[in-house]
Amino acid sequence: MILSRLASSQSDRRFWLGFIASALVLCLLVPLLNALPEGSALHLPNYMIPLLGKYLCYAVLALALDLVWGYCGVLSLGHSAFFALGGYVMGMHLMRAIGTRGVYGNAELPDFMVFLNWKSLPWYWFGFDQFWFAAVMVVLVPGALAFVFGWLAFRSRITGVYLSIITQAMTYALMLAFFRNEMGFGGNNGLTDFKDLLGFDLSQGSTKMGLYLASAILLGGSLLLLRHVVATKLGRVMMALRDAESRVRFLGYSTTHAKLFAFTLSAMLAGVAGALYVPQVGIINPSEFSPANSIEVAIWVAVGGRGTLVGAILGALSVNAAKTWLTGAAPEVWLFFLGALFILVTLLLPKGLMGLKKRFSKAEEGHV
Amino acid sequence: MKFVLALMLCLFAALLPQPGWADEDAFATALRSLNADSYAEKISAAQTLAALGDPRSSVVLTALGDGMLYARADGSLLMEAGGSYIDPISGKAVPGVAASDLTALTVNNRLRGILRGLQATLDISSPDPAARLKAIQAVTALASPESAELLHKALDHESDPGVKKALQSTLAGLDLVSPDKDRRLAAVATLASSTDRGVQAQLQSLIAAEPDPQVKAAAQKVLSSIDDKLAAIGFAANLFQGLSLGSVLLLAAIGLAITFGVMGVINMAHGEMIMLGSYTAYVVQEAFRAWMPPAWIDLYLIVALPVAFLFTALVGIILERGIIRFLYGRPLETLLATFGISLILQQAVRSVFGAPNKEVANPGFMTGGFELMGGFTVTWNRLIIIVFCLVVLGALAALLRWSAFGLQMRAVAQNRPMAAAMGIRTGRIDAFTFGLGSGIAGIAGVALSQIGNVSPNLGQGYIVDSFMVVVFGGVGSLWGTLVGAMSLGVVNKFLEPYAGAMLGKILMLVFIILFIQKRPRGLFALKGRSVEN
Repeated sequence: MILSRLASSQSDRRFWLGFIASALVLCLLVPLLNALPEGSALHLPNYMIPLLGKYLCYAVLALALDLVWGYCGVLSLGHSAFFALGGYVMGMHLMRAIGTRGVYGNAELPDFMVFLNWKSLPWYWFGFDQFWFAAVMVVLVPGALAFVFGWLAFRSRITGVYLSIITQAMTYALMLAFFRNEMGFGGNNGLTDFKDLLGFDLSQGSTKMGLYLASAILLGGSLLLLRHVVATKLGRVMMALRDAESRVRFLGYSTTHAKLFAFTLSAMLAGVAGALYVPQVGIINPSEFSPANSIEVAIWVAVGGRGTLVGAILGALSVNAAKTWLTGAAPEVWLFFLGALFILVTLLLPKGLMGLKKRFSKAEEGHV
Repeated sequence: MKFVLALMLCLFAALLPQPGWADEDAFATALRSLNADSYAEKISAAQTLAALGDPRSSVVLTALGDGMLYARADGSLLMEAGGSYIDPISGKAVPGVAASDLTALTVNNRLRGILRGLQATLDISSPDPAARLKAIQAVTALASPESAELLHKALDHESDPGVKKALQSTLAGLDLVSPDKDRRLAAVATLASSTDRGVQAQLQSLIAAEPDPQVKAAAQKVLSSIDDKLAAIGFAANLFQGLSLGSVLLLAAIGLAITFGVMGVINMAHGEMIMLGSYTAYVVQEAFRAWMPPAWIDLYLIVALPVAFLFTALVGIILERGIIRFLYGRPLETLLATFGISLILQQAVRSVFGAPNKEVANPGFMTGGFELMGGFTVTWNRLIIIVFCLVVLGALAALLRWSAFGLQMRAVAQNRPMAAAMGIRTGRIDAFTFGLGSGIAGIAGVALSQIGNVSPNLGQGYIVDSFMVVVFGGVGSLWGTLVGAMSLGVVNKFLEPYAGAMLGKILMLVFIILFIQKRPRGLFALKGRSVEN
């Protein structure tokens, strides 16, 4: 019954078809291809698994940005800050999980603190040896920052490019802060040399596959959650305020609350994505906060198509695949390509790949 | 060394007609005994020579230290200078001496050390003030109990005011540890005018060890006055540094204030316009090196300014006509597109010039500086940049206020359809406005090439800061940009000593984020009645 209701419209049916097909590919086909013997032509090499997992985490980040940008019209240029914060929280847990296996074999302090001659663990590191605590913090830390920042910004009705600029300032300030050794997050080098997560060895292929699958499930879950959010009345308010904020406010809706909800939820998602990203790439350092990273997320969303959710995922996957291929094949071309992408997409493809798809299907219908 | 020796010989010859300072015989005897077998005898002979205070002694001792003093078979000594041999007593050249007839007087390290000290004591009575100043420093460095005596004696003869001042302050430093209470007291009084950090430390250690209450009280008083002075100098230095940083921020932000303020266009490629300006300066410099007479090299900077302005303005106009004009009314897309432009420009410059920093030399008139107060040096390049940025700002304000172009620009900024209806070609004004903003970024780049590295990433370092300036000062207000840049620069430099460079910057960013809560449109917001822009 639920399915029939969900599949009430044609576009809904198409979404579910695509969703199930993608889920099958990501969760069944990929492990299957990976399990094929090495010599086989269809074998998916092991190194591809964390790479795909990384892309999926990026896709969640793009989804998160799409919620605020595509649906609320708030272009945050600081979303990689939330991603990186989630990553740092996970990194802290992974550092504590190393225990006595570090270079200095200190059970109480991570290596970099021993190196800096610190005598005891800073207070904000307490509790991170427990996974549940870290898992709560992964959501809470980016969420709290986004809530406070968003509350300050939206309350004062900072909109448009002003908001973009101060979110950029936020991530820039965080980057500078995390570069400092005194902060107690490993400074320039960040956190690395992780050993295991929940007792699973991170260097094992099976752990990598597990993290990859977790990323895929997170992506699917996030997509469904956000699809639900934008379909609610709150989601309608978001879209309305994107198009005419003053009018929505004059009609009696609190645009501040709607934006704040979207911003905080989006930051929490970004944080979770970052937390899954870190064990797969094995390092987190302050450059993740760099403003250029956040702007890059915006281009993923723009390439896919804003305000479509699915577009954000497509954009993140395609741009990152292109990045991996180009930075390997012709590193000097990559920035030209990325720059051209920024210009061409904004000039010629304002609705992104999804808009392109729609235009084609419309053209077909016209012919019929 | 030979040249110095020859110079000293000339000096020595010039001194000769004067009536002898000391007994001629005593000089000759001491000279002879330099050729002794044991080093102990040589040392005592050298000391005797120095004690005579004869101007010739200095030359002889220098020659001995350099191994240029030779003994003949008959025991008389000769000095070698510029290939010929000279009699140290008469100062006249002795012809027809073969090197094989001479044996060089040997010196060891102990003797050399003593010779250096003696040399310095002799140089204190040298007729050349610069040599005296150097000798004073050498004697002070020796820090022997006799040095104070020696310097006191020299002070009595001293006539040059500069040397006298140096003598007094070094003497005072030495006298601080003198066992004589009156001397200590006098020294403390002399040091009252000092602004040296070393003196501060000396006084602190004196106060800690001083048995006499009178001296102690005086020292404390002087110390606190020195502390005050040093604090004032520190304040002035911070202020200057802050204004310098502010002027750099201002230069980087003025162009942005125009494109953002007047046109409402967020130009993320603004930093790259600055970078292009710096590279223009580099290219002009290389062109001068290649094709212009070397004497003209300092002029490259003057030439680079208009060249950079025109080049970056042209790039700006091309970008505006080619890309940005299609995005008017969509500020967020403009932001992304211009970010793409910035990536392309960076990579293009990296491909053409390579990733490493390029060296842009300061012209002669911008190197060095002058010491304003003790330990506080004002460097020319920073001072010139402060003045330069004010000139640019003034010229820009005048252009906006009085020129026809400025009038049309303001009209378009205020009400585009109305301006178009009045016959202003708004498209052209947009292109020129963007060109103007970019051109100013270009000359900012020329200025920045004088104080920092020129690399493809140069613009990145300024982009967040210049946005902060514009947002803080208020969009569309040159006055706001000036106040914003200068206050951010000064506050940043005053925070630095307490918080460190990075934390200072973080605090600034947090402050601006909070400040925008209070004044979302900046310090000097344009007043309007519309709900949103």
